[in-house]
Amino acid sequence: MERNLMKGNEALAEAAIRAGCKGFFGYPITPQTEISAYMAKRMPKVGGVFLQAESEIAAINMVYGCASSGVRCMTSSSSPGISLKSEGVSYMAGSDLPCVIVNVMRGGPGLGGIQPSQSDYWQATRALGHGDFQILVFAPSSVQEMADYMGKAFDLSDKYRMPAMILADGLLGQMMEPVTFGSEEIHTPDPALKPWATNGHGNKRKHNIVNSLYLQAEELENLVVERFKRYEIVKSEVHEAECYRTDDAEIVVAAYGSVARLAKAAVDLAREAGIKAGLVRPITLWPFPVQEVKDACRNAKRVLCVEMSMGQMIEDVKLALDCRVPVDFYGRTGGVIPKPSAILEQIKILNEKGAE
Amino acid sequence: MTTEAILAGFGGQGILFAGKLLAYLGLNQDKQVSWLPSYGPEMRGGTANCSVCLSDHPIGSPYVTDPDVLIAMNGPSYDKFIDSVKPGGIAIIDSTLVTKECTRTDIRSFRIPSTELAAQHGLPGMANIILVGKLIKETGIAVIDAVRPALEKMIPPKKANLIEANMKALALGMAL
Repeated sequence: MERNLMKGNEALAEAAIRAGCKGFFGYPITPQTEISAYMAKRMPKVGGVFLQAESEIAAINMVYGCASSGVRCMTSSSSPGISLKSEGVSYMAGSDLPCVIVNVMRGGPGLGGIQPSQSDYWQATRALGHGDFQILVFAPSSVQEMADYMGKAFDLSDKYRMPAMILADGLLGQMMEPVTFGSEEIHTPDPALKPWATNGHGNKRKHNIVNSLYLQAEELENLVVERFKRYEIVKSEVHEAECYRTDDAEIVVAAYGSVARLAKAAVDLAREAGIKAGLVRPITLWPFPVQEVKDACRNAKRVLCVEMSMGQMIEDVKLALDCRVPVDFYGRTGGVIPKPSAILEQIKILNEKGAE
Repeated sequence: MTTEAILAGFGGQGILFAGKLLAYLGLNQDKQVSWLPSYGPEMRGGTANCSVCLSDHPIGSPYVTDPDVLIAMNGPSYDKFIDSVKPGGIAIIDSTLVTKECTRTDIRSFRIPSTELAAQHGLPGMANIILVGKLIKETGIAVIDAVRPALEKMIPPKKANLIEANMKALALGMAL
């Protein structure tokens, strides 16, 4: 199979097209603009729609419309743009609509900067908008995974009728690595297989309604409760993590996305220095891979959570471990990338502290 | 075996292109490769740099902090990265633009007036490729015959006339 050298942003866009995405609605922002640029070139050639909206808010509402018709569609942005989309995402969750949203994170809050960051973890996993709801969140760690999880995000988003997010960062979006795509074929799911979709039907069936407004409190409560029952199924079926050298690890580093790459390099350096270090890398951030993290840390004396933020995923790591193992934090933020050598220093410090 | 490189200079000198050429050379040898650019305002005239890793194994950190090889094409980039080169590593410096002599004795450093050479040989804007030629010679990461297929992948057909000029610049660097 041909190995292509592509940027993470481009690989993700190509994978979306091959997964049958027929609608892309976006607004440019560094560091994800290559997704839009790639879609602008490719979409017309595969019979899809590329549309540069007048704003992020317009783009997410176009996704709402497109998804309502049962067509696979997506939008992408970076941190400040994702905040703007949050209203639309909430409406989509409230209307049980599938779609994929890509966030190539940059430093925040506010306009922040344009360098890589992971400071939108809470936004993605806790509250990408108002109301009781969750979205699926995937955190790829290589250009190949940017492609692989794009297809998966579309499939699972359709399966559970809920928005899915690819949570990447500027480093993953901008870097080039070899990537292979499963097949040349473009997957074309039939919108008619979505019996709820508001597509044309020539009055042959009762019309469908896509809506998130319910003025009767009990009716809304029932809907939300039913949706949360579905979330429980999702939790039991979707949970993924990579464990690296964790079998006998006494110091386990927990990191996701691009930072997991840097942490892996640090773990190798620690092993060379005779420290029993390992890495657990959550790939699904919601649902969080609780059992995988627990298993990876079964021999751990200490856990080190490393993030490009002030510490957000660390809360889920602590919850997964029921506070049975001390969890420390090391992070850089604002667009600064932590060096593997600095992560190694933290591992060494924790190794000396041991289980005290 | 893993080779980690940093290429740095002004935006417009073809730093990212030179890094991509290294990545394609690795790709064509079935190696694991990564190419990580600085992005944003740098691309429009500030300082630009990129990290390139070539390896027989999956690449951990694509973010290079201690390079085996440095290509420095201006003074600020030289100052920023020269101390980070691994002992035993290689620094290839455009001496037309970097006036400082390299004082490190634990690395092999080569001062090459590539900007001047490019102008003399009618190869405007190809000082970067002259330095890549020197890099290939000193590291042995590829043979010259491997370069043309890599360039063919990188340069769109309508600019195919640039392939010959690139090959000429590369040969010039390899002869130094």
